[in-house]
Amino acid sequence: MESKPPSEAASQQSSELREETRAAGATPRQAAPLKIDRRPTHGLWALTKRDLRKWYTNPYQLIISLIQPVIWMGLFGKALNFSSFITASAPPGVDTTGILTSFFGTASYFSYLVCGMLVFIVVFNSAFSGMSVVWDRRFGFMNKALSTPVSRGTIVMAKILQSVGRSLIQAFVVLLIGIALGMSTASLSVVGMVGTFFVIFLVAMGLSGLFVMLSLRSSNWQTQMAVINLLNLPLLFASNALFPVKIMPGWLQDVVKVNPISYCIDAIRQLLIGATGTYALWVDFSVALAFAAFFSVVGIVMSWRLLSK
Amino acid sequence: MTVEEGERGTGGSDFIVRVEGLSKSFGQQRAVDNVSFEVKKGEIFGFLGPNGAGKSTTINMLTTLLPLTSGRAEVCGFDVHKHPNEVRARVGVVPQDYTADEDMTGYENILLCGDLYGIPRSDSTRHANELLELVELQDAAKRKVSTFSGGMRRRLELACGLINYPSLLFLDEPTLGLDVQTRAAVWKYIERLKEDYSMTLFLTTHYLEEADSLCDRIAIIDHGHIVKIGTPEELKASVGGDVIVVGVRETEPDISADIAKLSLVTSVSKTGGEYRIKSTAGDEASPQVIDLTRAKGLHVTKISLTRPTLDEAYLELTGRTLREEETNKWAMMSQRRTMSMARS
Repeated sequence: MESKPPSEAASQQSSELREETRAAGATPRQAAPLKIDRRPTHGLWALTKRDLRKWYTNPYQLIISLIQPVIWMGLFGKALNFSSFITASAPPGVDTTGILTSFFGTASYFSYLVCGMLVFIVVFNSAFSGMSVVWDRRFGFMNKALSTPVSRGTIVMAKILQSVGRSLIQAFVVLLIGIALGMSTASLSVVGMVGTFFVIFLVAMGLSGLFVMLSLRSSNWQTQMAVINLLNLPLLFASNALFPVKIMPGWLQDVVKVNPISYCIDAIRQLLIGATGTYALWVDFSVALAFAAFFSVVGIVMSWRLLSK
Repeated sequence: MTVEEGERGTGGSDFIVRVEGLSKSFGQQRAVDNVSFEVKKGEIFGFLGPNGAGKSTTINMLTTLLPLTSGRAEVCGFDVHKHPNEVRARVGVVPQDYTADEDMTGYENILLCGDLYGIPRSDSTRHANELLELVELQDAAKRKVSTFSGGMRRRLELACGLINYPSLLFLDEPTLGLDVQTRAAVWKYIERLKEDYSMTLFLTTHYLEEADSLCDRIAIIDHGHIVKIGTPEELKASVGGDVIVVGVRETEPDISADIAKLSLVTSVSKTGGEYRIKSTAGDEASPQVIDLTRAKGLHVTKISLTRPTLDEAYLELTGRTLREEETNKWAMMSQRRTMSMARS
């Protein structure tokens, strides 16, 4: 694009005018800034960093957020371990690995569960991305940011990005814990890891966009907490995070099939532990991409409009 | 209208804020109704009114936080609706809330504000130090805001609002809940901003004596309308001026008619041995009254001069009925939070 949009040209011109007024004005103790950054993305990193530092300077928050997946993996995954259940109860000579693989796509139920937990921590974390929006609105920081020339889209984007950043790190920690607790590492590969974290990135983008948008509608944290609880567990249970779709009743299978989380988990299982997927990898990726694109765009556009009101 | 025209529009005028027929409705409720006023460059403009009168709504429209329902508002030469970013770049906003991030140091908070304005770090780091010095926080700059007292937080908010070299600064209740010393300090900074930085200040406050001593001009808003606008003296004069009470011996003759003839006197009434004289300039009228009384051979036993306070003018203009239902829950909670933080 060669020609500048009129608004950009106008703002450049006006900042020049501003310099002149300053030079002429009788403000001896005030020196004008050299140049003002008027790119639409300015302030994005500053806002993202502000939220991220709240998280990494408070180790308790990180530890508490990890307790839940650790409990799921350590207690649920170990106590209700379908692998040992089937292996122990099957009569001799029965191909238990075949049975397990036909159900879970892998012989290790624990590995199966860890992949689900990787996505679950992202769901949980993204749901809370809205909370920081509620706090910022409550304590006036949102209005302060809105009174500066920072783009309204940047404010929303920063909230989404900080949540995505947290999700990626938390998912990585959960993966390490999973491996430490006995997840199968036989199929781990660089490509698989990159693919896994790309899927996690997509889930985080889509869900954060959704929850940031919802939080801009609700004015108090009680409502926000209710929304989080309303969406969190159903998203988990109505997905293939804990159990394979096959063993579910028909109506639930339909729900799981429209839950985009299921496709993301399915992709991660294929990439990380070499499980046999329910869907082809390209189907999983298409759904994940479409989901992320749809909700982040809708989230950003809606939030933008709400903030501009 | 292009930006250039906007710039030229106020180039020749002395007004930094021009509001014409500004209205804002929330559903059926008309929060601000056809308000028009101007703020002159370089003045301290006070915006007073009871809770729920339309103060915050007006300020939110002027600082581009709320869209207008109808009317026009021009701030720093730019239409708030058409060029919100130009307005935002030129004004500073010090909200009533304590918005500084508690997990960051004072210095980092100012830099964050600088980043939001797009000021390069090379400039904002230097300017942040200047501002911390201005509000006398340089020693606490490297401490987390969670360790700050209410007064320190308020001063930090002030510094944050100045990072973009604004030519107009909005201050919403800058002294709410502060102790007397801190309030005096905040006043000092405000006056310095006006004098040394030739800045225009637009402030709201519930402390009327503060508005009286600080503001060059005051607008009183109530039920979404501007009820009165003028200098503090004009507002006080509008409720009837000064009152001189002169005591004489009860047996002496009535000279009310003669006193009433004095040029500065507007009305006289006599009850027993006391003349109650209303005057437009009590300080100049009272010696004249004494001279006249003595010339008539009367004995002045006592004299007092009462000047109306801004409180009286304010109550006269906005009515004495208590407001209970009008303010919203959110605003009230935010105010309470500010008060409790100010006292910490």
